Amino acid sequence: MTDRQRQIWIDRAAVTAAWIAALVFFFPIFWMVLTSFKTEGQAIQVPPLLIFEPTLENYLEIQDRTNYFKFAMNSVITAFGGTLVALLIAIPSAYSMAFNTTHRTKDVLMWMLSTKMLPAVGVLMPIYFLAQKFDLFDTRTLLVVIYAMMNLPIVMLILFNYFREIPKEILEASRMDGTSTFNEIRQIVLPLAWGGIASTALLSIILCWNEAFWSIVLTTTDASTLTAFVASFQAPEGLFWAKVSAVSTLACAPIVVFGWMAQKQLVQGLTFGAVK
Amino acid sequence: MAGLTIRNLVKRYGEVQVMHGVDLDIEDGEFVVFVGPSGCGKSTLLRMIAGLEDISGGTVAIGDREVNEVAPSKRGVAMVFQTYALYPHMTVYKNMAFGLQQAKTPQDEIDRRVRSAAEVLQITDYLERSPRNLSGGQRQRVAIGRAIVRDPEVFLFDEPLSNLDASLRVQTRLEIARLHERLKSTMIYVTHDQVEAMTLADKIVVLRDGRIEQVGSPIELYERPANKFVAQFIGSPKMNFFIAADVPPASRPDGFADSDTLGIRPEHLVRCDEASARVAGKLELVEQLGEYALAHLITPEGSEFIAKMETPPTEAHGEMLYFTAVPERMHVFSADGLSKTA
Repeated sequence: MTDRQRQIWIDRAAVTAAWIAALVFFFPIFWMVLTSFKTEGQAIQVPPLLIFEPTLENYLEIQDRTNYFKFAMNSVITAFGGTLVALLIAIPSAYSMAFNTTHRTKDVLMWMLSTKMLPAVGVLMPIYFLAQKFDLFDTRTLLVVIYAMMNLPIVMLILFNYFREIPKEILEASRMDGTSTFNEIRQIVLPLAWGGIASTALLSIILCWNEAFWSIVLTTTDASTLTAFVASFQAPEGLFWAKVSAVSTLACAPIVVFGWMAQKQLVQGLTFGAVK
Repeated sequence: MAGLTIRNLVKRYGEVQVMHGVDLDIEDGEFVVFVGPSGCGKSTLLRMIAGLEDISGGTVAIGDREVNEVAPSKRGVAMVFQTYALYPHMTVYKNMAFGLQQAKTPQDEIDRRVRSAAEVLQITDYLERSPRNLSGGQRQRVAIGRAIVRDPEVFLFDEPLSNLDASLRVQTRLEIARLHERLKSTMIYVTHDQVEAMTLADKIVVLRDGRIEQVGSPIELYERPANKFVAQFIGSPKMNFFIAADVPPASRPDGFADSDTLGIRPEHLVRCDEASARVAGKLELVEQLGEYALAHLITPEGSEFIAKMETPPTEAHGEMLYFTAVPERMHVFSADGLSKTA
């Protein structure tokens, strides 16, 4: 075998491996969606059915028993709200750390990030009591605040890195032009880091959307999100696979569609930069 | 328009002091060039004038006003950056108008100023383009235009030509000279290129390690360098230095001590016979540049030197060549590097 042939085989093997990995990741989702269109009987059949007559019965029953749209709306509001609040705090913070770096900046970032290493359940009690004390239990406001705080360290770290890509001279030029700090952020930093901010926001929205612990613990009915909705389908008499699959599909679908749509914007945003 | 007065200016980064009490006067309308090797503090000095670096000690005054605590935009200075530092997300027009908008200038006044600056710099056709669709030279003009529209008392240029290719550099250098001719504003220009310094400056400030080595007109610095550093830095090729042993006692200039160094520029060495020679060297290499030739030689004592000649020497490599120079063209430096002849 020549070197060139060997290289071709290595490339083919790599591509095959990538496809296998992609299928392994994708299969459970595929199976979940497939199962959601089966009857409960078909869902637990062994060997599993690949060809069957699809039914919408699960989806109809879910909408009969509960109100999917209420949970979906809660998810949308808390995910977007939490992200917005996190961005409002993180943008000025990341700006000041990126452009007025001191020898402590790295430590501060690490310290903030280290709070993410704490298990959430460790602060459950204080947060539970605070929520009750401020009469915020089972409200979307509470989840927005929690989600914002939860993602703040990561959002800040990513924005910090994006902001540092902006050449210092451009900010100095704007300083020479007499720009106030607020205008500097609004008119120079935000437009230049737009792609980064958008992808950070997307990441934060996805993290909020998928968050289950706080949403299950801190809500009962009014502010429950889709993750709590999925959890509520654990019945004492066992799992109804087809229904749980349908619920899960409903919980995943919006964020998958949203991410897929935003992806095109993101790629544009990321290549817009071209600072030099 | 205004001049500048700098008194005992000090810059420290923590424990490290990088600017050691600089004193400098710049006249109204003067074109001053800060020159020196990298790390000499020339950019730091410019940035302290601009207000982009804090002043650790001493004062900077523009006109009669001390500006130590004044915001960059309120000092009456405009800066052209080495990397142009244009706003990539704005059109050329907006780039130029941005500063005026921040100062809440009326829209029709902004429009008038931007268009007149664009006219001067011949960038009117590009006003609606974005910077990334411009060539390096065009970007540089936009950066200059951004400075002009603010009608500053003092223009600051931080190595504005170093990102341009050689031919564009010469052209832009001329344009900057014309601009100074036309605006008659005070201009401060930082470069490490001594040719830019010589051609543009009314006054050159040579810096080294955060200290001013010499201030003077280009010709003063060329003819009467205050020390070896300036002598070596100004002029191309560099000034040759000879130790006492290179020079026969009878040929030494007046007051030349054994510990002194003799400096003669390559263009001031004249061929002569052995008897009247001040210095002699073995021919090592000849660089033929058409208009002139550079002969690289080495004295019997091991000092390397260069002679600039209209016609290349006909001698073979390894042969001795003899040179003299008129007394006015000889520089004597004492052991501490200071000139005895300036």
